[in-house]
Amino acid sequence: MTGAVAETAGRARTPGAAPAGRVRTRLLRWSPLAPATVLLLLFLLGPIGYCVVIAFTDTQLTGQASASFVGLANFRHAFGDPAFRNAVVLTLVFTVVSSLLGQNTLGLVLAGLMRRASRPVRSLTGATVICAWVLPEIVAGFVLYTFFARRGTLNALLDLLHLPAQNWLFTLPILAVSFANVWRGTAFSMLIYSAALAGIPQEVTESAEVDGAGGLRRLWHITLPMIRRSIGTNLMLNTLQTLSVFGLIWAMTRGGPGNRSQTLPVFMYDQAFLKSLIGYGTAVALLLLLVGALFAAVYLRLLREEV
Amino acid sequence: MRPTAPLILLAAAVVAAGTLTACGGGSGSDENTVKVAFIKDTNGKVTVRDDYVRLVARQFEKNNPGKKVRLIPVQASENDYYTKIQQMMRSPRTAPDVVYEDTFLVNSDITAGLLRPLDDHLRTWDDWRQFAPAAKTAARAQDGRTYGVPDGTDTRGLWFNKKIFKKAGLPADWRPGNWAEVLDAARTVRRRVPGVIPLNVFTGKGAGEAAVMQGFEMLLYGTGRNQLYDPGSKKWVTGTQGFKDSLRFLDTVYREKLGPDVSDALSPHIQTRVAAELLPEGKLAIDLDGSWLSQQWQKTGGGNPWPAWSATLGQAPFPTQHGAPPGKVSLAGGWTWSVPRKARQPELAWKLIKTFQSKPNALEWCVRGAQIAVRKDVAADPRYRTSVPGIGFFTGLVEVSRYRPALPAYPRVASAIGEAMEAVTSGDSSPDQAAKDYDTTLPSLVDGRTVARP
Repeated sequence: MTGAVAETAGRARTPGAAPAGRVRTRLLRWSPLAPATVLLLLFLLGPIGYCVVIAFTDTQLTGQASASFVGLANFRHAFGDPAFRNAVVLTLVFTVVSSLLGQNTLGLVLAGLMRRASRPVRSLTGATVICAWVLPEIVAGFVLYTFFARRGTLNALLDLLHLPAQNWLFTLPILAVSFANVWRGTAFSMLIYSAALAGIPQEVTESAEVDGAGGLRRLWHITLPMIRRSIGTNLMLNTLQTLSVFGLIWAMTRGGPGNRSQTLPVFMYDQAFLKSLIGYGTAVALLLLLVGALFAAVYLRLLREEV
Repeated sequence: MRPTAPLILLAAAVVAAGTLTACGGGSGSDENTVKVAFIKDTNGKVTVRDDYVRLVARQFEKNNPGKKVRLIPVQASENDYYTKIQQMMRSPRTAPDVVYEDTFLVNSDITAGLLRPLDDHLRTWDDWRQFAPAAKTAARAQDGRTYGVPDGTDTRGLWFNKKIFKKAGLPADWRPGNWAEVLDAARTVRRRVPGVIPLNVFTGKGAGEAAVMQGFEMLLYGTGRNQLYDPGSKKWVTGTQGFKDSLRFLDTVYREKLGPDVSDALSPHIQTRVAAELLPEGKLAIDLDGSWLSQQWQKTGGGNPWPAWSATLGQAPFPTQHGAPPGKVSLAGGWTWSVPRKARQPELAWKLIKTFQSKPNALEWCVRGAQIAVRKDVAADPRYRTSVPGIGFFTGLVEVSRYRPALPAYPRVASAIGEAMEAVTSGDSSPDQAAKDYDTTLPSLVDGRTVARP
């Protein structure tokens, strides 16, 4: 630190064209980045900063002439609000079930199985899974709504098998939307793991096999450690994506019945736009950002550790 | 300096300027164009309002050469429509010049400064004298100024299927005297006509304000005076027996399986299903609903013509809880045409509103939209009086009709009522528990202005 200061001071004392030229070169080197930086500040940081400001006010969508700063009142209100706590719990359930357990594990299993499969099977499976991913969220939501609905496809299938029909969206809404998210998002994990598995050198696996390691043991000691970084990346991207899922849940259940599938994004929409409490809704959004950051920090730690 | 850097900066500026202005540009800033935003039915086949607005727009363009009307139909559920227009009205770049507002929301939007007072125009407009006194106050704010011109009102009652009633041995001129008689009729239908839903009462968050107004408040307003808001003390009321009893009525309907399957009742599509499917197909015996219900069964409705409806369906007033005078309950609502504060063409907007509410056009709308007239000359017109079977019945309910407390906090209170209904209907809470939760939430929604009335 001190060294750097001394160096700059020393340089400033030396007269001549060279340092000025260096400053200019540095400026020029920065200039191609300037437009991107400006746009980034304007369109990314701007709205986020605006959100942070709004979260500390009692701004409403309508019914109010002017807003005022209320300090931490919105956050205090959130933690005292049973509906908010309910939404936090449901968000965690939704994230763990659909992202950590569902998409992540299923993606890995699919990727592993596809490595062994013949080419036509591989292409067919890949295409099917990716189709689900390519569908827009809202379309997927309606497709799965018709699948789970009381007179939907799933109950028709159960009926064929002489099993009792269930009212899935009504009795188990959070599991139904979690399953929907698994259905939609598995392709991403599958692609990441396919790439990761392809990167494991064949000879490592072969030598382990020669040493007499069985399938499970190879998975645990060879495969998983070697794709550890991919697991971290995948978990992080999956989790952040899942935390912000809105359209899927909105189309399938609207957070209902009652509040039984009201995750944080749905709760936020309800407060901000249906109840007009923009300030409170934004505070909830910030808290959601915090939850995302927490998950990200955990995964980043996982990524940093070397095997 | 190499020329590339400024060039890149310039390019970025041009791109940014292009994208930024593209958001709000286009024909919106054209001074000869007036933009009108209105709600389009979620059932895409129902085009009764679209057709009418288009008709008036063409007439306006013909009478005002060089002027154009740009229609902004917003296809959404009611709740989403309010959100959408509120966001549009907040910025001059997106604000329409004329906007269609529900009277229950108009006061919040006035308080939020989103609308323009129209008093100066109304003073010089001869037709304003034709409006019924109650209708003139529909969009009058607490500041005494008027912010919208109503295009009709509506009332609510029971619609029942006479064919199903015949099978169940119930009279064709059914007039229930209290809540118990409504439930008894429903139980009779369930017993004698299997496969038919006996009674629909809108409920929950999915149906939004339809559930709160057609469902809950029709019940609550029949339990006694000022059970929701006390105009004397200007406070919102908590802890009343009427509130619990109304929730208990809902609980009875859905627990005894007198209503639609709970998952259907709570779905956001229930309103469309009742009108387009359940009633015309004879799958629903009694429906607590609004006077406008028949609009989409008419030939001009666009979607599902059902000429037999007038012979099939009967109407009865909804009774008070124990039959206390006047014995029947109805709520009145309606929509108004308003001008946003940030409208670019307020003068043209006013001209367009006058066109909407000229006598022939108002008559046209009341006939097409099965609206209850707010203009005296329309109400007296023979074409109106014979337009729809039952219009006399629903016009007769106007005298007992009550209005919702049209205050800025009302939409939030209504939302909390919807949640209480949803909790009871889905079985998550008992009526008493849901009423208690409502009482706990209420103070934070109305800035603490509540009064307990056990």
